[in-house]
Amino acid sequence: MSAPVVEKPAPTPQPDPARPRATSFWRSTVLPSLLSVVMALVVGAVLIAVSDDDVRAAAQYFFQRPSDTLVAVWQSVTQAYGALFRGSIVNLSADSVAGVLGPLANTLLFATPLIAGGLAVAIPFRAGMFNIGTEGQITVAAVFAAYVGFAFDLPPVVHLLAAVLAGLVGGALWGSIPGVLKATTGAHEVITTIMLNYVARFGILFALGTTYFQREGRADPISPPIADTAALPALLPFGRLNWAFVIALAAAALAWWLINRSTVGFRLRAVGANPEAARTAGMSVPRTYITAMVLAGTFAGVAGVSQVLGSEKVLTTGISAGLGFDAITVALLGRANPLGVVAAGLLFGGLKAGGLTMQATTGTSLDIVVVLQALIVLFIAAPALISAVFRLKSTGAGVGQLSKGWNG
Amino acid sequence: MKLELQGITKRFGSFTANDGIDLVVEPGEIHALLGENGAGKSTLMNVLFGLLRADEGRVLVDGEPVAFTGPRDAMTAGIGMVHQHFMLVPVFTVAENVVLGDEPVKGGGFLDRAGAAERVRETAARFGFHLDPDALVGDLPVGVQQRVEIVKALVRDAEVLILDEPTAVLTPQETDELLTIMRELADSGKAIVFITHKLREVKAVADRITVIRRGKVVGTAEPTASATELASLMVGRAVDLTVDKQDQEPGEVRFSVRGLTLVEDSGVTSLAGVDLDVRSGEIVALAGVQGNGQTELTEVVLGLHRPTTGSVMLDGQELGGRTVRQVLDAGVGFVPEDRSTDGVIGSFTVAENLVLDLFHGSPYGSGLAYRPTAVAENAQHRIEEFDIRAGGPESTAGSLSGGNQQKVVLARELSRPLRLLIASQPTRGLDVGSIEFVHSRIVRERDNGTAVLIVSTELDEVVALADRIAVMYAGRIVGVVPSDTPREVLGLMMAGMSAEEATQAHRSETGHLSASGEVPPGAGSGPDVAPSGGDR
Repeated sequence: MSAPVVEKPAPTPQPDPARPRATSFWRSTVLPSLLSVVMALVVGAVLIAVSDDDVRAAAQYFFQRPSDTLVAVWQSVTQAYGALFRGSIVNLSADSVAGVLGPLANTLLFATPLIAGGLAVAIPFRAGMFNIGTEGQITVAAVFAAYVGFAFDLPPVVHLLAAVLAGLVGGALWGSIPGVLKATTGAHEVITTIMLNYVARFGILFALGTTYFQREGRADPISPPIADTAALPALLPFGRLNWAFVIALAAAALAWWLINRSTVGFRLRAVGANPEAARTAGMSVPRTYITAMVLAGTFAGVAGVSQVLGSEKVLTTGISAGLGFDAITVALLGRANPLGVVAAGLLFGGLKAGGLTMQATTGTSLDIVVVLQALIVLFIAAPALISAVFRLKSTGAGVGQLSKGWNG
Repeated sequence: MKLELQGITKRFGSFTANDGIDLVVEPGEIHALLGENGAGKSTLMNVLFGLLRADEGRVLVDGEPVAFTGPRDAMTAGIGMVHQHFMLVPVFTVAENVVLGDEPVKGGGFLDRAGAAERVRETAARFGFHLDPDALVGDLPVGVQQRVEIVKALVRDAEVLILDEPTAVLTPQETDELLTIMRELADSGKAIVFITHKLREVKAVADRITVIRRGKVVGTAEPTASATELASLMVGRAVDLTVDKQDQEPGEVRFSVRGLTLVEDSGVTSLAGVDLDVRSGEIVALAGVQGNGQTELTEVVLGLHRPTTGSVMLDGQELGGRTVRQVLDAGVGFVPEDRSTDGVIGSFTVAENLVLDLFHGSPYGSGLAYRPTAVAENAQHRIEEFDIRAGGPESTAGSLSGGNQQKVVLARELSRPLRLLIASQPTRGLDVGSIEFVHSRIVRERDNGTAVLIVSTELDEVVALADRIAVMYAGRIVGVVPSDTPREVLGLMMAGMSAEEATQAHRSETGHLSASGEVPPGAGSGPDVAPSGGDR
């Protein structure tokens, strides 16, 4: 029995050894995302300028005095983006602490459900699934949390914990449905989650019309207010920023650990990357689908809890208000990476907070913010465009990941 | 047309894939380009075909320097290429695929289907093979699809035909047919560049052989050179082509399959009553043409399919109906047939792939926590032990060559105590050096007393490794024979004859058969009616 003749390992022709992993992550993921934001701001600037009245007036005599137009363009863009900044980061012209830091607190407040919702999309994404159902999961979680929040009379801390737990369970239950359907019948999660969104959306409308949920003496669909004992306490002496933000950050940290440092995450990633190999290695692919969707529902539950126990403190039909769809964008921008989701959630929260200020002070439509969000994702989905504009060496990353969830 | 490459050098960053390669291909000859995986053969051909641009050197056609900027230039100059992975549209017919990109039109701008079909028929007939122009490509066996690729090059008047690892995907019969076609083409004046690492085929068909190693031409050889000589030239050291295997008295029956049938949802019977025993310390090779139920048998044992009837026993325990996890935990090691799909996860690191079926237990995981340090340590250890050539434990499995991916799979499966090892096509697509290594590890496992079941369509491998050979045909085992059974008999059994019939037929025909060791022609007639489902 001869041992194999082992030659000394020769320098292998692999151009990509372990060393440049960090730099390649930066180049393939972080940099294009940042540049996409820059590109979107540039295109947004053009839109702001052409929709500005002063610019249009000055453009009428562009060939007589082009400088007027350029000045008007400059002013409209700097004012709009200036307001965006003042409304989302700091307002240095304010005269109180609340006034100066209020914008940042608003950004964090708006970012909270986006971060949690983004995780609810990101986790199944890593398992090769596209969770479009975050909207419905947030809604159901909010209904569960709200009911415990207003219908029971419990001691302070216990009440809050019970309401939060109810919300998480509600989200998890709603999330588990598409997971179980996919695992047992093969039903595609994109279809089932979209349909479940409708069920949730009209389900809450129905619920708020029943005596269990509707506030006494009201004809419109609104619940009784959440009891003070069940509301998430505020973080700052001003504004609505509350402990939900901390919970969302903790959720992101937990999601990071789950994906990268747990056996569950290993299973999720394996099934997402190659279900055949995962199956051959003894992993249960159906069970993994269910796990991923239950986790997703739980994270969406955090978003629902933050809405109903944190910022709104009352259940209405608009409790989710499209958050679940923004969450998809956040997850894509964050490349389905929990840390990226936090960054993307903060960015979108900032755009939302700043957009309101921008509309109030410069009259620039809030819609421009939606356009910015869409453009950012558009540029991320077209990495070749970004590399062409900024003369980056093509890395080819991004496309695969963004389009992968659909092939399940 | 005479084709010359002079001093071709191609670098990727700091890595030199081709280093001053000279090559001359004369019309009417089959020029084999022999080299291990990653030696730079495909890079060279991509340079020639205009897909890559050389850093140095030039290409001459009939003595004139040419510069190709893309495949279209190369095709115009009369160079055709058949890629290892076919570039065909499965839902198009043969004729449509052949004319794609150069469609004949008739009046009004309509596609001239009849003309296209005629061109295909005529071209195929000119070189002595048959091709139905109206068949859908997706319905055709791999070997016939390859002919479509060849005809595609021929109708564009290719004078030089590059075949990149053409036999990697073929059954032995299809390989023989391809070699015949290649001979036919060369005789009609075409020049053929035959890229391969399979020595037997090179010896059978090549007129001249150029051996490439690590991006350089290391020598030329005549087809009369012995396989050992060629292998040594290719690998760069002496290699032993025979498997070093001591006789060993096998132990008790450890693994036994009784009356196993599998009727798939589509109604196809893939397994029709399989009986098989493997003893401890014994290698049983399951021979047969691809698609006769071997794949299904291994997958049923692993628990991927539930058998319709029958039993699978390991150490007296019934495996049928267990989950894959439970089967693996019972001590079954599994090397899947298609390693890049079922064996490794391309986007995972080598370290992660090495624990793909071990990650949940100590020491790689405890409870919910996954332990990257333990995984990294294991990787370091296995990479050394199995000589896995990778950038490091953190490089992705997808960046590895086929041979190294296979070593990853093998290292993983052999890293836990096994009762039974099932390895499907363990050396498919591997180079000589890797084959030698894989074989020796399998034999070592058998020497340790593990029962080993090998599934292979390569007769060389079956004969070299097996203690006993079970031949499978149409979902059942037609016979179990000793490993010194003549190849001709095995070939006949692979076509469906029982061992006795085959032996008799062989005795009566011995006079007519040459002793070349080729697969007998009789083996080529049967498989057409074999049940499908094996090749995915």
